[in-house]
Amino acid sequence: MTSYAKDTGSEFPSVSSYRDLKVQESPGYWAMVRKRILRDPVTLISAAILLVIILSAILAPVLAPYDPYVGNIMTRMKPVGFEGHLLGTDETGRDMLSRLLFGGRLSLIAGVVPVSIALLIGGSLGITAGFFGGLVNTVIMRVTDVFYAFPSILLAIAICGMLGTGLFNTLLSLTLVFIPPIVRISESVTTQVRNLDFVEAARASGAGSFALMRYQVLPNVLAPILVYTTSLVSLSIILAAGLSFLGLGVSAPAAEWGLMLNSLRQMIYIDPVLAALPGVLIFATSMCFNLISDGLRSAMDVRLKV
Amino acid sequence: MIGQVPTTGADRMQRILADARDRGGPGQPMLILKDIKRHFPIRKGVMNRTVGHVQAVDGVSLTVMKGEILGVVGESGCGKSTLSRLMMRLVEPDTGEMIFDGDLVDDKVGLTTRRLRRQMQMVFQDSFSSLNPRMPIEETIAFAPMMNGSSRSDAIAAARALLDQVGLSAAMFARRYPHELSGGQRQRVNIARALAVNPRVVILDEAVSALDKSVEAQVLQLLIRLQEEMDLTYVFVSHDLNVVRYISDRIAVMYLGRIVETGSVDEIWDNPRHPYTQALLASIPSLDPDRRTMAAPIYGDPPNPINPPSGCRFRTRCPFAETCCEMHDPAAVTLPGSSAHAVSCHMENEASGHSRVGTNARIAEVTQ
Amino acid sequence: MLSFILRRLLQAIPILFGVSVMVFLMVQMIPGSPLDLLLPPDASPQLIEQMKEAYGFDKPAWQQYLLWLWQLLHGNLGYSIFNGAPVADELFDALGNTFVLAIPAAFTGFGLGILLGVSAALSQGGPLDKLLSAIAITGVSLPHYWFAIVMVVIFSVNLNWLPAQGMQFTGVPTTLAGFKSMILPVITLSLIPMGVVARVVRAAVLEVMSQEFVNTLHAKGLWDRSVLLHVMKNAAPATLAVMGLQFGYLLGGSILVETVFNWPGSGNLLNLAIFRRDIPVMQATIIVLAAFFVLLNLIVDIAQALIDPRIRR
Repeated sequence: MTSYAKDTGSEFPSVSSYRDLKVQESPGYWAMVRKRILRDPVTLISAAILLVIILSAILAPVLAPYDPYVGNIMTRMKPVGFEGHLLGTDETGRDMLSRLLFGGRLSLIAGVVPVSIALLIGGSLGITAGFFGGLVNTVIMRVTDVFYAFPSILLAIAICGMLGTGLFNTLLSLTLVFIPPIVRISESVTTQVRNLDFVEAARASGAGSFALMRYQVLPNVLAPILVYTTSLVSLSIILAAGLSFLGLGVSAPAAEWGLMLNSLRQMIYIDPVLAALPGVLIFATSMCFNLISDGLRSAMDVRLKV
Repeated sequence: MIGQVPTTGADRMQRILADARDRGGPGQPMLILKDIKRHFPIRKGVMNRTVGHVQAVDGVSLTVMKGEILGVVGESGCGKSTLSRLMMRLVEPDTGEMIFDGDLVDDKVGLTTRRLRRQMQMVFQDSFSSLNPRMPIEETIAFAPMMNGSSRSDAIAAARALLDQVGLSAAMFARRYPHELSGGQRQRVNIARALAVNPRVVILDEAVSALDKSVEAQVLQLLIRLQEEMDLTYVFVSHDLNVVRYISDRIAVMYLGRIVETGSVDEIWDNPRHPYTQALLASIPSLDPDRRTMAAPIYGDPPNPINPPSGCRFRTRCPFAETCCEMHDPAAVTLPGSSAHAVSCHMENEASGHSRVGTNARIAEVTQ
Repeated sequence: MLSFILRRLLQAIPILFGVSVMVFLMVQMIPGSPLDLLLPPDASPQLIEQMKEAYGFDKPAWQQYLLWLWQLLHGNLGYSIFNGAPVADELFDALGNTFVLAIPAAFTGFGLGILLGVSAALSQGGPLDKLLSAIAITGVSLPHYWFAIVMVVIFSVNLNWLPAQGMQFTGVPTTLAGFKSMILPVITLSLIPMGVVARVVRAAVLEVMSQEFVNTLHAKGLWDRSVLLHVMKNAAPATLAVMGLQFGYLLGGSILVETVFNWPGSGNLLNLAIFRRDIPVMQATIIVLAAFFVLLNLIVDIAQALIDPRIRR
């Protein structure tokens, strides 16, 4: 018998002595992501701006100087900086600042709610399809293909056009628009992960489907799916405002950025700055979401093939 | 001469048989494969029709004795990995049966896959992709026991103990993630993971092939020590003849989905009978300047496993191929005077009609 | 290759079938009867029955669907409820007007996008990369209907260089006025494709450049332009895929821009049909646009397979 000289021999302490072993902690994946984000000024600034926009929407009733729905005929279409109205007034004399503050509520809801619901539904469907493969995969993915055959704006407009106006229908149609792309991305990342050896090894350890999904697959597909989903929020905000802009979303007199853009459109010859204001906010919000999504992508080291 | 592992000694056998899970007794092999086949369909064309099959494993019969290390050696693409996965039941065989310590492995009437996997585990080749990148390594090791009913604290304590046993300080490494480890360290984790359910058999699928030579040697020594200490049985799959020779008690040579020759290490090394085995041995670079390999013993790539040659699979590259090799599959023949040395070659079979039967033809004579 | 094309063609059939079912179902969801708009509020029950029969609304839904599908397959898109004209005539005029904008917008957007993306990738991490990436992300974050308004304010209202809205020609532009009326819509439409293509191209080029073979090319002493050619060829499938999608959005998603510029394209037609509850026009517009989109994806798939043999399975 030759040497396992380098090997330390076979005297080991008993298993129970390991119960209270002090082990060196290692920063996990999410700790690393947090560290990287904290070093990324662009993402931090976007997050800060977004936070201000969100807080001002939530606190609109406190912050708004006027009732956003009541106008004064005497002070119609006053320019930015008009006395008593920091951002001027609109075509029926309502205070622009108040309306913009309140408008953020609907626009943010229309951006975040459909994408979140679509993430829940589309993510579950996609992960299921990718994980189980076979017939389950075929059924889910072929139905998704049909939805995918519509350009997203067309689908949103078609559904809204059929169902009629209103916040609920806007949310419903946008949710339906975002489910198929989320299903696709979830399915493709899950299929990739499922074929890796560690899932195979875990299967060989006697784990059932649920445990495999929960402990092996899910932690590895969550980051790419989340990154992709955040990039959809900005699209959702633009689309939701676009629907209102067309008169298919929420209806007057609601304060919503897209709708305000529509009703102020006639004023571009009189006061273009005023007419442009709601658009600036839509742009800023969607830009923030896009920049945050980019920041997350590099912090999470996600490579997506969409 | 590097170290030679003695075959299972008497007292070691005693300990193996003392395992409460032993059912077959000393005469029963740990694992028997009978004519296992697995073909993968290839789909193509407009209607996605099946146009052919990759005959990855095509009728393999193999016996693994209790407490031994069986080396399975062959070129890449010969079906070694599929064979490992078949043994673990990660891939279901098309036909053939597998008997584990006397019990037929079958989810309906015999030993279930789940129970099989508590007695048999596997170490994969790719040390990185076989570890969950989002799990600290102690949790990866503890995963299998937890899935089999251990409490979390028990499983974690056992995992840490195992880490020390495979040579990774638990205090330092337990909470680390795979990307923080080197290839050799990761493979130690994979070994610990396989051992966590206290298996009787471990399949090592190219487990050291991706490692640096110096690290490979350390991991091999670790494997040998663990096998001794834990009374394990190994199936060691590799393309590296030297490594297989170093670690194994017996060797099975695989070519294109089939086993062509089995025998003890000495039998294979000193008296290789199948032309393919001879070619493999001749292709090992020699350290002796007088015995330098002058010409490549075999030419070309192995044939496509989608359309393997008829009869003997090796005939397209074999210098001794004759008509009978094309016509008939050679059956395994046990050599006279040996209990374990079996060859699937017409030249060893009196009834085959091959002109060189019994001449003990050597491939070296033809190529040099 | 031929079998790949055939297989993709066959795969498109069930998708188109699914699309037709979906469009039909969407129409079924519309609250109220589609005839409400046609009939006077005091119409007699007899007249209502007559009209229902004339439009086939008295039959069960699945029969209506099959009937509609049958007509569709024969190229009959139905008649507008609003003005009784054949939908096909109106729709194809509108589609023509959409294409007149979409094609130049695609050229501008894709061209600029590729230029931006490649330049950004080649100066990775530098100030140029940061600037170009910022432009690209602005392109995808801008609400383009708002951007259109801003441009109208600048170029029409303030500078009075270009018309604020309207299509000043029929078919293809031949006069200067015609060309001028196209400029603002085309710029607006090209914005999103530019941003998206630039981002995808940048990522794809960086990905390819990180691969071994690029080092090999450099090591072989190849000069930069021919290396770039290799890189571009390898980044092409990803780029093509996104360009196909974006062209589809230019056709199907032009509705907002067409509304701002009052451009008589397919989006505008759909918008009108929605407000008039003109179901045959809605159905036909949606299904034709979706069919274009499916066709486009098909062409992209085949083009990708031509460039990259690995995609043919």
